[in-house]
Amino acid sequence: MGKISLEVNGRKVEKEAPDNTLLSTFLREHLQLTGTHIGCDTSQCGACVVHVDGNSLKSCTALAADVNGSKVTTIEGLETNGKMHPMQEAFKKLHGLQCGFCTPGMVMSAVDLLQKNKKPSDTEIRDWLEGNICRCTGYQNIVAAVKEAATKM
Amino acid sequence: MKDFNYHSAKDSKEASKLASSSSAFLAGGMTTIPSMKLGLATYKDLIDIKNIKKLSGIKVSGRSVTIGAATKHVEVSNSKDVKKAIPSLSSLAEGIGDPQVRNRGTIGGSIANNDPSADYPSACIALNATIHTNERKIEAAKFFKGMFETALKKGELIEAIEFQIPEKSSYQKHPNPASRYAIVGVYVAKHKGDVNVAVTGAKSCVYNDKEMSKALSGNFSSSSIDGMDLDSSEMNTDMHASAEFRASLVVTQAKKAVDAC
Repeated sequence: MGKISLEVNGRKVEKEAPDNTLLSTFLREHLQLTGTHIGCDTSQCGACVVHVDGNSLKSCTALAADVNGSKVTTIEGLETNGKMHPMQEAFKKLHGLQCGFCTPGMVMSAVDLLQKNKKPSDTEIRDWLEGNICRCTGYQNIVAAVKEAATKM
Repeated sequence: MKDFNYHSAKDSKEASKLASSSSAFLAGGMTTIPSMKLGLATYKDLIDIKNIKKLSGIKVSGRSVTIGAATKHVEVSNSKDVKKAIPSLSSLAEGIGDPQVRNRGTIGGSIANNDPSADYPSACIALNATIHTNERKIEAAKFFKGMFETALKKGELIEAIEFQIPEKSSYQKHPNPASRYAIVGVYVAKHKGDVNVAVTGAKSCVYNDKEMSKALSGNFSSSSIDGMDLDSSEMNTDMHASAEFRASLVVTQAKKAVDAC
């Protein structure tokens, strides 16, 4: 057991957790932030992507202890005063999702991309989203949504 | 995942003091954590080394590039110094896994793990690297011992990897379309006097292909290895590629690398 102190979506949290607690488990089960999804649980699918100190990572492949003291942003932290983030708006507008399971990770990865590359090309978007798997959309509308969001962010 | 004790070490000394026969060092955890989750590995203690400041960073001198063991792939691929000194090393780092893996995974972790399909071991062989540990310096040629096996002793910690700057070099891989691991990757480096052709993914461990090195040292042109019929008897066969296909891919990737130099 150890004390995990994080700043999650701007809120300071401090909880005891066993040393083998994954960040994804900590977010979902200890903080009830279930927007972060567990898909494959083997670091392939990217449904669990969150930001830690401004960079995207797969929260199923990091220990909570391992990111102790960091600032974490999850999908729940993107909205401001009940208004969706431009990336969420773009996914909604351009049908960048069907079942929605991969969407939280897809959106968090895409937001990280635009933080680092304000005007990505189609190829750069596809390369960046390599670690996020969607089984519904065929990716076309996801790429279109990221391009749309790039004009709004 | 089975229970273990997590420790965060302040320095190399503390890290090696905490090490035991049932411990592992934790850097990015991109292999260690999945292996533990799948039950392929169990440890009593995980010793986190990424907060040891001395283990991160990139230094370029006239003849070599030295990269701290806990330096992340994204830091290597984004480094202007690496891009200038050894562009092929920068592009190798950019081709590892996906952005989330590159944000987390480290060069020391990759080398210590010595996955038969990993990218970095080929860079170490091609660029005559010296592996600096908390105890000694090990030449890359003597470091990679076999599948997931290295010359590291229990409790020995990689601190930095020193790469020799070549005259020309290129890394070309045929990646698995899903995992991005190399089905075959070939790192060609032309140094003053000789040429290294380091191959990953083809056999149980990275190696320097002597036949191609010799041919290219005589004449550094892809025509000098064109059509070379490599012995495939020790090459891997799996659902992705047969040994014969890998033997052919090694030559193809080597030619591409020479042409890209």
